[in-house]
Amino acid sequence: MGMDVLTLSRIQFGATIAFHYIYPPLSIGLGLLLVIMEGLWLKTNDNLYHQMARFWTRVFALTFAVGVATGIVMEFEFGTNWASYSRFVGDVFGSALAAEGIFAFFLESGFLAVLLFGWDKVSRKVHFLSTCMVCLGAHFSAVWIVVANSWMQTPAGYHIVGQGLHARAEITDFWQLVFNPSTVQRLCHTVCGAWCAGAFLVVSVSAWYLLKGRHLDFARKSLKFGLFVALAASLLQAATGHLSGQGIAQNQPAKLAAFEGLYNTASNAPLVLAGYVDEKNQRVVGLSAPGLLSFMAHNDFHTPVTGLNEFKPQDWPPVVPCFLFFHGMVGLGMAMLAVSALGFLYFHHGSLPQRRWLLWLLVFSVLLPEMANQLGWFAAEVGRQPWIVYGVMRTPDGLSAVVQANVVVASLILFTLIYCLLFSVFIYLLNDKIQHGPLADDLIPAGKLALPIRESPANRLK
Amino acid sequence: MHLDLNSIWFILVGVLFTGYAVLDGFDLGVGALHLFANRDEERRLLINSIGPVWDGNEVWLVTGGGALFAAFPNVYATVFSGFYLALMLLLAALIFRAVAIEFRSKQPMRWWRQMWDVSFSVGSITAALLIGVALGNIAWGVPVDDRGEFAGSFLGLLAPYPLLVGITTLALFMMHGAIYGVMKTEGRLHDKLRVWTMRCIIFFVICAVTLTMATLLYVPHMAARLRAHPWLFSVALANMLAIANIPREFHHGRDRLAFLSSCAAIITLMALFSLNMFPDILYCPEHPENSLTIYNAASSPQTLHIMLIIAAIGVPAVIAYTVCIYWIFRGKVKLDRISY
Repeated sequence: MGMDVLTLSRIQFGATIAFHYIYPPLSIGLGLLLVIMEGLWLKTNDNLYHQMARFWTRVFALTFAVGVATGIVMEFEFGTNWASYSRFVGDVFGSALAAEGIFAFFLESGFLAVLLFGWDKVSRKVHFLSTCMVCLGAHFSAVWIVVANSWMQTPAGYHIVGQGLHARAEITDFWQLVFNPSTVQRLCHTVCGAWCAGAFLVVSVSAWYLLKGRHLDFARKSLKFGLFVALAASLLQAATGHLSGQGIAQNQPAKLAAFEGLYNTASNAPLVLAGYVDEKNQRVVGLSAPGLLSFMAHNDFHTPVTGLNEFKPQDWPPVVPCFLFFHGMVGLGMAMLAVSALGFLYFHHGSLPQRRWLLWLLVFSVLLPEMANQLGWFAAEVGRQPWIVYGVMRTPDGLSAVVQANVVVASLILFTLIYCLLFSVFIYLLNDKIQHGPLADDLIPAGKLALPIRESPANRLK
Repeated sequence: MHLDLNSIWFILVGVLFTGYAVLDGFDLGVGALHLFANRDEERRLLINSIGPVWDGNEVWLVTGGGALFAAFPNVYATVFSGFYLALMLLLAALIFRAVAIEFRSKQPMRWWRQMWDVSFSVGSITAALLIGVALGNIAWGVPVDDRGEFAGSFLGLLAPYPLLVGITTLALFMMHGAIYGVMKTEGRLHDKLRVWTMRCIIFFVICAVTLTMATLLYVPHMAARLRAHPWLFSVALANMLAIANIPREFHHGRDRLAFLSSCAAIITLMALFSLNMFPDILYCPEHPENSLTIYNAASSPQTLHIMLIIAAIGVPAVIAYTVCIYWIFRGKVKLDRISY
């Protein structure tokens, strides 16, 4: 193998976290939908909601299991592959990870037991509380992991102690660390992306049932909520993305310049709508809207936007990948907005079931947020290069001193094989669950769940 | 006695890893025994006995790792990069056992269930062994250079003493898991598990005696600390009494007390181990001056202080709902349509 430890470790970290990141957004998004569905069941006593909650809980369990299994890897890898980084930032970064464990993971995994296996062991209200807690835990874990990552993007609330090999970052102000300049915007953007992932999965499966003429009541109701959350989250996603972009313009101008392929500082800077970067001639070929980048970044068409040439070339992130990831993400985001808006409009118009082309589009729309979430993270992390902690520590300096290339090759092969297997089994089982569909038994809740809180009009009609 | 922040964090990290050993110990043990149950229904009962709780149990490891990262980053970095391959194998084992629990019940085919049964059991056995080997290496002493980096090799980690600790850990978890299984099952499987428990107790006692002799004979620094702090013998005595109490309670059919004794045995064993290390975390026998201690490997006092506040808020809540969850899922396990 010709690759060095740095490249191999970066590939391994990138690959393992990209694979892991397929699952947590689904858990967060589905968690939110489960809360809505079960809450409506409690409120209206309509057993269709119960059936929905039960079905989506089963899908949730599957995504959660793979998410947990692949998540432990991430916590180990900071120490295994990036030991020098861990020594340098442990004081700051470690506390965010530990807080994630204490506040998020325990909450999530503890109440998950009740969510999955407690249906007839606890009362409806306690079960609903557990669902809320699982959803809250999933969101908390997003909070702390985004706090940790945002600190790597825009470090704050720390100072450097010691020299050379013994230098390390130490906390000076915990709240500045937590609310570092990019935390809030990036957290909102990440969580909206996760809601999209969950909502589009619900939309996709429900649209497929409509196409096949199966479980029609279930599908219509699921689609209604799925589309609503998908549209709302997509709109919020565009707004938070805009805020996040303004934050990048302020905190990481080199990153923004790479996203847009902007080499020379320009007032009236254009926003590239579609195109590619001609690295040799330092320009972007394609369609662009003049002045719009200035406006997007600084709320003014004439404010100059900093170009890459203002920075030393050794501080540039890799321009072409950044440009592609960023524009790919934005494009997919717009597509999500369009698809969910179309679906929502036709659904409320009542003509959605007849428009098979749109239903097919909705079936495949599940891929949009998945890809956008991945590309968004790629853009954020590749755009952070060549720094592991922005402006403070370079990526190569974070490597483990004692780890050789051959062992990283071994672990990389190991993870590749395991994750290929996991992904195939996941898709196989997900498909199987979808094919089986919601259970008819779930329309008549039994045991403790059968206790009616009050007679609802829907039940009286039956 | 005055406890400084570093010592408090030494104790807290110890508590988290002990919590992991007590809780995940029994579900790893159930996994290790899984293939001895030969009927599908028995295997389902075993998996469902840990079904609602294994995930929460594993969080103790994740949080312990996070706390180690935050409180003693140098130890975290040295151990994790030094034990690279061993930890990657541990990750693979934990992944396979986690997904096996979820995947197994989703298809009825014989080969499918057999495949995930093997993956669950082998994953559990490997994880228990590797955790023990890692602990064994820390007790035995780890070569550390003057920069605080690991100076050994992967094969060097597989010395006889750490392997013995690995096997003892496996035996301990199997015993712990078997008693848990006895508590959670009834009928034929329950009777079978009673027989296994007796065998596991014998297996563990043989391992424990061998390990004690090996430690006193071959790990001079552990023996020396025990001599220097004679009060540690009381912990050792408590440990022996707890172990001896397991077969006693079990013989009288007081399964719950036997399980609690088994928990006490694990807790006292971990306490003995960590008090014997204190104030070192990674002891380097060749160059004791390079050892990583709770002082030279720790985060800044401010971080330790902040983390203590986080722990003070979080830990009581964690304990409260962990108790609730175990309460909700108390009693014998029964199979129904939402079971694995």
